[in-house]
Amino acid sequence: MANEKTAVREPLFHISKRDEMPTWKSAIIYVVSVVAALLLGSIICTLASPKGDPIKFFTSLYKGVFASDRKIWETLRDMSLLVSVSMALLPAFKMKFWNLGGNGQILMGGLAANACMIYLGGVIPDVWIIVISVIASMVVGAIWAVIPAIFKALFDANESLFTLMMNYIAQCFVTLFIALWVKGGSSVLTDDQLAHGRLPVVGNQFLLTILVSVAVFVFMFVYTKYMKGGYELSVVGDSQNTAKYVGINVKGVIIRTLIISGAICGLVGLMLTSGNYANAAIGVGTAKNMGFTAIMTTWLGNCNPLAILASCALVSIVSKGMTQVRMDFKMTSDSFSNLVVGIIYFFIIACSFLIQYKINLRKKKTEDK
Amino acid sequence: MLIFLQNAIRCSAAFMYGCLGEIITEKSGHLNLGIPGIMCGGVAGGCLGVSLYMSAIPDPTNPSHILLLLCGILGAILAGALLGAIYAFLTVSLKCNQNITGLALTTFGAGFTEVIMKTLDKTHFSVAATYIAKSPFPFAENLGWFGELFLSYGALVYLAIILAVVAGIILKKTRVGLNLRAVGENPAAADAVGIKVDGYKYGAILLGSSIAALGGFFYVMDLVQGLYNSYQPVEAVGWLAIALVIFTLWRPSLSILGSILFGALYTASNFISVSSSVINALISFVPYVATVIVLLTVSIMGKKNVQPPSSLGQNYFREER
Repeated sequence: MANEKTAVREPLFHISKRDEMPTWKSAIIYVVSVVAALLLGSIICTLASPKGDPIKFFTSLYKGVFASDRKIWETLRDMSLLVSVSMALLPAFKMKFWNLGGNGQILMGGLAANACMIYLGGVIPDVWIIVISVIASMVVGAIWAVIPAIFKALFDANESLFTLMMNYIAQCFVTLFIALWVKGGSSVLTDDQLAHGRLPVVGNQFLLTILVSVAVFVFMFVYTKYMKGGYELSVVGDSQNTAKYVGINVKGVIIRTLIISGAICGLVGLMLTSGNYANAAIGVGTAKNMGFTAIMTTWLGNCNPLAILASCALVSIVSKGMTQVRMDFKMTSDSFSNLVVGIIYFFIIACSFLIQYKINLRKKKTEDK
Repeated sequence: MLIFLQNAIRCSAAFMYGCLGEIITEKSGHLNLGIPGIMCGGVAGGCLGVSLYMSAIPDPTNPSHILLLLCGILGAILAGALLGAIYAFLTVSLKCNQNITGLALTTFGAGFTEVIMKTLDKTHFSVAATYIAKSPFPFAENLGWFGELFLSYGALVYLAIILAVVAGIILKKTRVGLNLRAVGENPAAADAVGIKVDGYKYGAILLGSSIAALGGFFYVMDLVQGLYNSYQPVEAVGWLAIALVIFTLWRPSLSILGSILFGALYTASNFISVSSSVINALISFVPYVATVIVLLTVSIMGKKNVQPPSSLGQNYFREER
C-alpha cells in the first residue's frame, strides 16, 4: 500500500484560500510591491533614454511633485478629483456592479454644466446659473449612470459592456455639441462663450475642487459605513439571494446606488469644465481617463475609503512626478507615465493573489519512511 | 461608391482582428479589456519586426514582399502573446480580477508602445507600408471592378478573413472548439470531465491576443501607410472591436460582416460631400448606439444561443464551490 501511495505524483505546490490576513502584513506586501514596481520602472526608463540613470529617476520623480508650491497644489487637485471619482464608483463596486462608465458620466456632467453657461449666460444672474448648472450636471451624470442600471436591474444586461459603450456615446455627444456651438474649425469653446456662471474662486484656483472632494469623501464614508442605504448595497453585493430573503428591494438598490454614483461623476464634470481658470471647457478629453483610473484606485483600495485615499495619492504622485522625469530624461511622449503606472498596477494586482491565497509547497517525503 | 466599399472592406480588417481575438478570449470565459492595449502592442511589435528586417537587408528600397510581411506578423504576434501572457498569468494563475487586469494592460500597452515606437528608426516605414498594402494577386488589375473590389487589398486583409472563417469552424465543429466553449460556459463541469481548464484558458488568451495584435500592425502598416503619430487611434479601434464582439453575438462568421459595417461607418465621414462636423459627429454615434441596441435586445429576449459565455468575467478556482 505504501508503495502505491508514493507512486502518485503530487504537484509541486497547491493553492488554497487564506483566512483573513492581518492589515499590517498586507500593508507590507503592498509597500514592497510598489517599491519593486518603481525600481523596475526606473530601470526601463533608464534603458529607454540616453539621458537616464536610475537615481536621477527618483530625484526627478520627487522634484516633479514637491519642487514648488504650485506643483504640490496641482498634485493635490489631481488627487482630489481622482478621490471624488473613486468615491463615486465605490458604492457601485461594493454592489459588484461594474461601472466602467465614469468617463462618460463625467463628460455628460461637464457638458450639461457648459450648456447651462452658454444658454443661460446673460439671461439670468450668474449665481443662479451656478446653482442650475450644479443641479443639471448632477442630474445628467445620474441619468447617464442609471440607464445601464435600469437595464441591469430589469433584464440583467451586462453592465460592464453597457457602461463602456455609454462612455463613447457621451464622447459623441460632446463632439456633436461642440460642433454645434463652435463655428469654424477650432472645435474649442472660447472663454467668451463661457463668461457667465463660472464657479467662484476660493483661496486659489485649486482649493474649491479640493474642498468639494473632501465633502464627497466624508459623505461617502458615512454613507457606506453608517447609513442603511450603504449597508443594503453591500448586502446586495455579497449575495443577491440573501438580500431578497431579508426583504431588500434589489432592483431599487441597484438603481438608487447608480444614481448617487452618476451624480458625483457629473459633479466632477462640473468641476473640470466650469472652474474659474483659463481654458476650462468641455472637450472630448475632459475626463482625462479618470473614469478608468478611478476603477483601478477603487479596486486597489479594496473598496475601503481610507485605502482608496492612499491609492489615489500614489497614482497622482507617480503620474505627476513622471512628467518631470519625462522632461529630465528628454522623452517627448506623454504616455511614458502610462508605462510606469501600468507596471505599478500589475504589481499591486498580483498582490491581491498573495493576500487572498497561499501557496502550499509539496511536503518532503521523509516522514513517510 | 466602389472606392467607398473598397475602403470599408480594407478598414474592416483592423476591427476583424481585434474582434476575433476578443471572441476567442471571451469563449474561454475571460473578458479581456486589455485588447486596445494589446493592439497597440501589436503596432510596436510589428513595426519592430519591420524595422529590424529593413535594417538587415542591403537595399531597403527593394525588400522581399513575403519576408517583410512575415517579419512584421511575427513581431506583432510575439508582442501580442507577451502582453497576453501577462494577462493570462494574472487572471488564470493568480486569479486576479479580469476587468482590472485588462484596464491595467491597456494603460501599460499604450505606454509600452510609445516607448518602443519612439526609439525605432521609422525612415523606411513608408516603403515597407507600400509593400505590405500591396495585393498578393498581381493579376487583379486586369479584372476590372471585380478585381478592384475583391482582390486589391494587402495580404493582411485576406489573412483576417481566413482566420475568421477558420475560427468559426473550429469553435463550432471540432472537439477543441467544443471543449473551449465548455470551459467558458461552465469551467467546473469541464474540469469534471477531464478537460484541462487552465490549459484551454491560457491557449485561448494567448491565441486571441496574438490575433488582436495583428490588428494594430495592420492599422499602422496598411491602413494609414506607415504613418504613426500616437497610440490613440489604435486604442479607439480596440474599444470599437470590443463593442463589435457584442454586436456580432460572439460569432466569428458574423464578425466579418460586422467588421465591414463598422469599417464603412469608420470611413463614411471621408466620403460625404457636405463635410459638416455636425454630420460627422452624428455618424460617429452609430456603431456605439447599434451595439447598445444589440446588447439590450439580446438580454431582453434572453435566448440561449445568443448570450455571452455564462462564466464570462469569473475566474475559476477549483477548490471553491
